[in-house]
Amino acid sequence: MLSNKRLVLAHFLLAFVLFGVALLLGAWQMYIRSPLHPWLSNPELYYRSLTAHGTVMGYAFPTLIAMGFGYAISQLALKQPLVGPRWAWASFFLVAGGAVVAMIPVSLGWASVLYTFYPPLIANPLFYIGVVLLVVGSWIWVALMSINLRVWKRANPGVPVPLAMFANVAGSYLWGWTAIGAALEVLLQILPVALGFKHTIDAGLSRVFFSWTLHAIVYFWLMPTYIAYYTIVPRAIGGKLYSDTMARISFILFLVVAMPIGIHHVFADPEVGAGFKFIHSAFTALVALPTLLTVFTICASVEIAGRLRGGKGIFGWLKVLPWQNPIMLAVAFSFVMLGFGGAGGLINMSYQLDTTIHNTQWITGHFHLIFGGAIVIMYFAIAYDLWPHLTGRALTDLRLMRAQLWLWFIGMIVTTFPWHWVGILGMPRRMAFFDYTSPELQPEAISVIVSAFGGFILVISGFMFLAVLARGMMTPRTQAGEYRFSVAVHPPVRVPVALNSHGLWVGLMIALTLTNYAFPIFDLAVRKDTSVPAVYVGAR
Amino acid sequence: MASEPLFSRRNPWFVISVSLTAALVLLVAALGMILLPYAQKDIKFAGIWDAICSAAGVPTARSASAPIEPGFKTSDVVLTSGMLSHPPAESIGRGATIALQCAICHGPSGVSQAQSPNLAGQYASVVFKQLQDFKSGARVNAVMTPFAVKLSDQDMKDVAAYYAYLPRLPGYHPASDQPQPRIVINGAPLRGIAPCGSCHGRIDNKTGSPWLEGQSAVYIRTQLEMFARGDRRNDISQQMRNVARAMTPEEIQQAADYYASQSPTGIHTTMR
Ligand code: HEC
Ligand code: HEC
Ligand SMILES: [Cu+2]
Repeated sequence: MLSNKRLVLAHFLLAFVLFGVALLLGAWQMYIRSPLHPWLSNPELYYRSLTAHGTVMGYAFPTLIAMGFGYAISQLALKQPLVGPRWAWASFFLVAGGAVVAMIPVSLGWASVLYTFYPPLIANPLFYIGVVLLVVGSWIWVALMSINLRVWKRANPGVPVPLAMFANVAGSYLWGWTAIGAALEVLLQILPVALGFKHTIDAGLSRVFFSWTLHAIVYFWLMPTYIAYYTIVPRAIGGKLYSDTMARISFILFLVVAMPIGIHHVFADPEVGAGFKFIHSAFTALVALPTLLTVFTICASVEIAGRLRGGKGIFGWLKVLPWQNPIMLAVAFSFVMLGFGGAGGLINMSYQLDTTIHNTQWITGHFHLIFGGAIVIMYFAIAYDLWPHLTGRALTDLRLMRAQLWLWFIGMIVTTFPWHWVGILGMPRRMAFFDYTSPELQPEAISVIVSAFGGFILVISGFMFLAVLARGMMTPRTQAGEYRFSVAVHPPVRVPVALNSHGLWVGLMIALTLTNYAFPIFDLAVRKDTSVPAVYVGAR
Repeated sequence: MASEPLFSRRNPWFVISVSLTAALVLLVAALGMILLPYAQKDIKFAGIWDAICSAAGVPTARSASAPIEPGFKTSDVVLTSGMLSHPPAESIGRGATIALQCAICHGPSGVSQAQSPNLAGQYASVVFKQLQDFKSGARVNAVMTPFAVKLSDQDMKDVAAYYAYLPRLPGYHPASDQPQPRIVINGAPLRGIAPCGSCHGRIDNKTGSPWLEGQSAVYIRTQLEMFARGDRRNDISQQMRNVARAMTPEEIQQAADYYASQSPTGIHTTMR
């Protein structure tokens, strides 16, 4: 049923090639600022690399995965050919072109502002234009997902929307709305300055706009992973999804509460009132809900698989699980990393505790564990699962796949645990070099070295992953058979309209954005005394 | 199912989710905007509205008295990037005339033979800002100040344009191939010193930071010592005082000798 294989494949291939390059940059950064290497004589090189790494890993890579996976889901779950394939290709080229346009000034050192932009730092305008193209391209995808679902609904009145597509469209709406924050920042605040129409910028307002995007973007990265948890894992390990309703509730909860919480990223900023910081902190606590629901539902689904395979007793079902199956391995690793990462997140979301780790390496450790670990390892699983259907060739080397997943898991733990630790010791983030000869930093040296080795392990694993896919291109053609998503224990027959459509939840998402963001934005926008001179990077 | 209305009071999903969300918003807002401000015992509010405004981030002057002014003059120049970068040709011409008064000290071609700073090819925004500061008293120098007080704003722009237009000359400080001192290329991260080149050129150039290459070592050292002691205080937001205060005397000497030995002609800054 995958009539548009090349479209999906193009997204995945570009995503993984970019990922490979950015992975190398990441490892280089770990190495260069560790005691293994003397200080860089030009720290700008470090920030250049950091900008490229972040822009690719944060914007290009996950967006391409979500888009490619979304197109696949739309065709496979709805069992209908993709509506608007030309638009889909156009959006692909916009995203790819945007990535190239953004990367040119970055590689020339004209845009070393990091992927989070950091106004009043101002880069070459092409950098922002590239990012805007990328986002506009992804918005076309948002529209296409919505249209495909609408076409299907019209043809299938009263039938429950397949879970995978329901979740996929929820993710796309979340992205469509959350990307507006960064888009407003770039279009209203940064670009006029980058293009030279203005020379001052309201850095505080820009940061508030960015926080609108910055939290929910993580949930956009997370969506493919959660979709895989619910709709691939149970089937792949020979089980059933414990509850279709629970899954739907998790996804709509993400839609509603992932958005109005971003101000936890500016806890230390003076321009936002403490009351709003508290409100966002409280709502951030709520976002644990859908994750806890998911952990429960997936554990129950896995247990079902174990019991179907004859597992008995309280823990007996764990032993009989198909551990030689890469998907089983991936989801287990993903959960472990999600657990640790989530626990760390509790510190970040709390207004008071956050001050102890604000702007330290803890934060970098945290989001690498969640995104690079829990999320990306499931991207690998998705690719392994879909590849035979995309290429018509089987992936046969299960041992290599397992070794790859093990190494990614180990590498990520070895990288991020010491990273968290030095953060607690107070080591700041975004630094090109550290004076390890100083008695104050000496105790941190060994942790940083360990962490760098974790980075090297990740590079090995990343390239093993690319090798698995490349070797998969060379095996003889086979029939992959029909692609199937997980079946629920009680497949939905009738679903309440609220859980079969997104309108109500999108409405609540927008309403909460207004209650939680309108005043802070309005307050800063109308004040006259909040602008500071821009600092142009590499300019004179 | 298709006929079942979504946005309707008869749909329990709609009623429950909307009321739950609204209740949550109200509860959290009451906690964050009213209860928590009052929980801070050291802040006194005029009333509930005052507390809400404070929590919402509306700026208020907490103290009735006027803000405390420093006992000395600080720079009131606002520098923006790209400022004065495209002067009209007449401006340069007028500047050349004004610069005649300056030649005895700063040299006829903007390259000083005394220990005064070289100005040829200095960024226009730098020359303009320093002249403003000399005039306002934010930067004080018995020799230089009298010449600045006579200049109008337009004079300063013109003379800045003229000096920026002059070619940078190597000056009288013979270049030697000294190794770059660590304080210059790396700064001292633990003491909060960024590499000098991240503001003064070579790595990056930040608005208002002069290039230093080829200035006399005595001048550079004196300026750094003055910044460190707080005798020179015209740097905006203490950018240079924070650096100089944390430098050791050896580092000051190293930086001064190093910059003095360099030629300003080939200053490389990444261009946009
Ligand atoms: C009698 C000598 C003398 C004359 C004439 C003179 N200057 Fe100066 N100028 C100095 C000295 C000495 C300094 C360094 C002051 C200090 O050490 O703080 C200086 C500093 C400066 C600086 C600051 C440079 C920097 O890099 O910080 C500028 C700009 C400047 N002069 C411009 C002028 C202009 C324009 C004129 C003519 C209108 C002029 N000067 C006339 C002696 C002079
Ligand atoms: C954060 C940016 C920054 C860094 C880092 C920095 N400077 Fe500066 N420096 C400035 C600025 C801005 C000025 C001009 C201050 C003013 O407005 O008067 C200045 C002025 C100076 C001056 C006086 C020049 C003149 O002609 O008036 C000297 C000397 C100097 N810096 C040396 C250094 C040295 C040496 C280092 C490295 C140890 C260094 N600076 C690091 C920003 C910086
Ligand atoms: Cu967040």
